[in-house]
Amino acid sequence: MGAANESNNKPSKDELCHMFRAFIDAEYVIDDIETLKPYECDGLSMYCEMPLAVVLPNTIEQVQQVMRICHRFSIPVVARGAGTGLCAGAMPNAQGVVLSLAKFNQIIEIDTLTRTARLQPGVRNLAISEAAAQYGLYYGPDPSSQIACTIGGNIAENSGGVHCLKYGLTVHNVLSIEMLTVEGDKITVGSDGLDSCGLDLLALITGSEGLLGIVTEIKVKLLAVPEKAQVVMAGFDNVQQAGDSVGGIIAGGIIPAGLEMMDSYAITAAEDFAKAGYPKDAKALLLCEVDGTAEEVQEHIEQVEKLFHSFGATSVRTSQTQAERELLWKGRKCAFPAVGRISPDYYCMDGTIPRGQLAHVLTQMQRMSDHYQLRVANVFHAGDGNLHPLILFDANIAGEFEKTEEFGGKILELCVEVGGCITGEHGVGIEKIRQMPVQFNDRELMQFNAIKDAFDPAGTLNPGKGIPILHRCQEYRAIKPQETTNHG
Amino acid sequence: MADLSEQLQQQVLDARANKRPLTIVGGHTKAFMGRQTTGQLLNTAEHSGIINYQPVELVLTARAGTTIIEIEQALAANNQMLAFEPPVFSASSTIGGTLACNLSGPARPWGGSIRDHVLGVRIINGLGEHLKFGGQVMKNVAGYDVSRLQAGAMGSLGVITEISLKVMPKPASTATLVWDMPASEAITFINELAGKPKPISAMCWLQGRLYVRLSGARSAVEATIKQWQTQELTDADAFWDSLRHQQHPIFNNGLPLWRFSVNSAASMPSLDSDSLIDWGGSQRWYAGVQDLDEMQALAANAGGHVSLYSGGDRSADVMHRLPMTVQNIQKRIKASFDPDHIINPGRLYSWM
Repeated sequence: MGAANESNNKPSKDELCHMFRAFIDAEYVIDDIETLKPYECDGLSMYCEMPLAVVLPNTIEQVQQVMRICHRFSIPVVARGAGTGLCAGAMPNAQGVVLSLAKFNQIIEIDTLTRTARLQPGVRNLAISEAAAQYGLYYGPDPSSQIACTIGGNIAENSGGVHCLKYGLTVHNVLSIEMLTVEGDKITVGSDGLDSCGLDLLALITGSEGLLGIVTEIKVKLLAVPEKAQVVMAGFDNVQQAGDSVGGIIAGGIIPAGLEMMDSYAITAAEDFAKAGYPKDAKALLLCEVDGTAEEVQEHIEQVEKLFHSFGATSVRTSQTQAERELLWKGRKCAFPAVGRISPDYYCMDGTIPRGQLAHVLTQMQRMSDHYQLRVANVFHAGDGNLHPLILFDANIAGEFEKTEEFGGKILELCVEVGGCITGEHGVGIEKIRQMPVQFNDRELMQFNAIKDAFDPAGTLNPGKGIPILHRCQEYRAIKPQETTNHG
Repeated sequence: MADLSEQLQQQVLDARANKRPLTIVGGHTKAFMGRQTTGQLLNTAEHSGIINYQPVELVLTARAGTTIIEIEQALAANNQMLAFEPPVFSASSTIGGTLACNLSGPARPWGGSIRDHVLGVRIINGLGEHLKFGGQVMKNVAGYDVSRLQAGAMGSLGVITEISLKVMPKPASTATLVWDMPASEAITFINELAGKPKPISAMCWLQGRLYVRLSGARSAVEATIKQWQTQELTDADAFWDSLRHQQHPIFNNGLPLWRFSVNSAASMPSLDSDSLIDWGGSQRWYAGVQDLDEMQALAANAGGHVSLYSGGDRSADVMHRLPMTVQNIQKRIKASFDPDHIINPGRLYSWM
């Protein structure tokens, strides 16, 4: 265990950085305002805070020493990968240290026989698949930030992507991790086997937003690259028909590799941006990708085309070449920046709903949109019910972000009301901590706090994120008395 | 077919007030697993029934005492299934016990485990609080994943009362191919096959023969059979059912049975005992009188864990020992759910 606790004898910022510089190169202990500035937020730039310091160690032993020092003085530690997260989960703590794992960017080993990769936490998600491609393998989860986001951050948020209905989330694709406890002790969680004895800490740590430990190494499963993949695009006159045809595909026994929906705002913005040939007059657009053996893809594509027609699609187009497939996806993949062109700012939400509630949720959202006088575009992982409403606003108009946040909060509450949840893949961080009491009652939140205490009794790992501490959550309820009657 | 959660909750509250440990039972089919315990029985079998099943949402919610058979019948009516192929030891085997023991069948490496398919749970913790975690949707990252944490916890963290699961369509077609080869060759061959983008759904080796099941679109299964050119098994369903439900002789020969969960390509330790390789090499079974410490060394060498699955001394520890730091974290997690140690104490480990 770590050294004696000296939380009442905290070093000054200079003293702390001096301690770090005894074992980390001076230039990688950052404490000047200018160099600290890029670390003040993650991908959700509305939430900013300046840390005491940022450290960029390059050995596990250095990370261990950082953890021991911070533990000794009860100094908050916020782990950071690429900073692409969308819930302010990596926003610094004003009294704390940002522990950047960016220098740990090596793929340690790819074992082609067992189809696994051992990775340092700072390896980019896409880099895994790029390195595995020469062996006919790839890594399943593909969040849209995959070009930049790191596998360590993926563990923290249990990242998904467009392929998770078929290939699972991060939690389904990780075999084991090496982790440092808050005291700086190294533990292995999971194994090369598909399960391990004892409590499943791997499930608990995946998606825990850096609140339980610092992940220093990850072993992931790799999948065989499918022989073939093809995408069918279909336009619909209304959202209900599009939603029903998603149900039809699944009821027909097909699990598509990807199944995405966009509403008319998103279609128009994406088409203007990507020129993918989307039908701009459609009210809803579906992209359905099927992968597998060549025979299987052919069989399923025919079924999907037939289904789309039978559900009243106004246009159906199937990619005939790899280039066409990429073009059809390009519009969807560019949907966020494309929407960014039709509005000065946008705010991306991340609720999940039972798919059957889609039409109801979209109707309610339109009412809210009218009420708040803010436009909203919708991009939807239709296969798994994960909805990304993009609220369009202008941060330069006083009070408009606050109004947007309130609107966003209402959308998440609606998701819970229809049987869904407040976050499908972006995480809670600071952003959604006010909605946690909508999804969970006080006793459930207390259980979460008790789990946190089991790993980090002093609460120095990423404090203030993920799980509201109870007196705060009572404050949230006090502001919103109508929510005190939620389930449980 | 009733909601007995209030009675179950009261039983936990009483046990807590009297500091009297409870032993959770459902269908009474998994008493042979884990360590022997002596608590007063808390029976979840009557707390049963499917609460919600939406085939197009691919989600089913059932009370913990619901039998696997009842669930699979409901699913089959919609051409769906539990992709993790849980073993059913008898008609009374429940979904609650299956989750608590994290039991999955031959499809596990491809279809996922029950742990992978859990979307949400309700549990009664050791404080007698009835809590809900996760939900009925595929993606949910709000809060810690307490639902998956129940898988394999053997009831140590509370009484599971309700489970929401992802369900999957049944494959349109299946077939099984066999190759005759010794285990040492089979292990490499299994891993090589698994790296190919073919519709594999199970791979098992026993008694000198490798069995590979293909599942998927008819055209894909047929094309793979043609390409791999080997013997096709005729009574394949019977073979896989007996493996799935653990009816093969190795499971019932009266000897202590060891379960290894290891690296899929690990070589076979030279043990003088019957063995069976499942899960594409990742799960290995050995029947024989052995010492836990020695088996643990073999498992560690093979990159994984071992447990004494059945038989032997059930009063001693039967699971792979954990390093002290990990053990301490697990003890604290146990205490966070059950501070008075009244729910299945000692079932998973003597110290839990």
